Amino acid sequence: MRHTKLQPVAALAAGTLFGLGLALSGMLDPVRVQGFLDVFGAWDPSLAFVLGGAVAVAMGGMAWLRRMSRPLLADRFHLPMKSRIDARLIVGSAIFGLGWGLGGFCPGPALASLSLGLMPTLVFVAFMLAGMVAHDRFFVGRPS
Amino acid sequence: MTSYLVSLLGGALIGLSSVILLILNGRIAGVSGIVGRAVQGIGVWTNGAFVAGLLLGPVVYFAAFHHWPTVTVTASLPLVMLAGLLVGFGSRMGSGCTSGHGVMGLARLSPRSIAAVLTFLASGIVAVAFLRGAVL
Repeated sequence: MRHTKLQPVAALAAGTLFGLGLALSGMLDPVRVQGFLDVFGAWDPSLAFVLGGAVAVAMGGMAWLRRMSRPLLADRFHLPMKSRIDARLIVGSAIFGLGWGLGGFCPGPALASLSLGLMPTLVFVAFMLAGMVAHDRFFVGRPS
Repeated sequence: MTSYLVSLLGGALIGLSSVILLILNGRIAGVSGIVGRAVQGIGVWTNGAFVAGLLLGPVVYFAAFHHWPTVTVTASLPLVMLAGLLVGFGSRMGSGCTSGHGVMGLARLSPRSIAAVLTFLASGIVAVAFLRGAVL
């Protein structure tokens, strides 16, 4: 349990970089996100560059992880154990994608946008939290 | 073209954020999972700190560039509410969103995440096509 008290500091740094990355990449803007999903209209490929940059760097992190026995501030790596592609994964992802397309927001950008104090993003986050709580309360929870 | 390079750089920062969380705390940077756990009262300090950082990110952007990033919400209020419910419910049911499945899942070459990403890209495309009136 060494250094675990520093975990919130690491999380704050990671969250800040994440929010800055979203702001820089233009992905806080629902119009840009919907532009990427608008393959039958005026397609905006920006999101593919954001995802490409993020995945490339994260893959470097995965390569680093394989040479470590445990994380620097925790006892073990918490990686998803499930490998089966089940109905919950597909149906849940399909529902998520519908909301993502309709609003142009996914959880990260929605939360980061709260800093701008815009009313629609406040409403979105309130209903997103309600959706999460509804799922965890009335459907099978996902403790991890 | 420069805007694509800036997007690539922004993406790299998101990737770096994921690496920090993984190498230091041993956790996947999945925003829906982090928020979900914070709401459930699990690891409140650490998960709450990540969310606080997310909100701090645009403030750092403002400090650096002296203007806020663009956020244009075109959806009507009822549509924003529906979208929020679907995003919250669906991301929990599907065990992740664009960060957990999209960034870390693809980086781990997880078959579950690849399936999730293809599914939410497809339903997102359908939703936008519906909004544009291309469907119907």
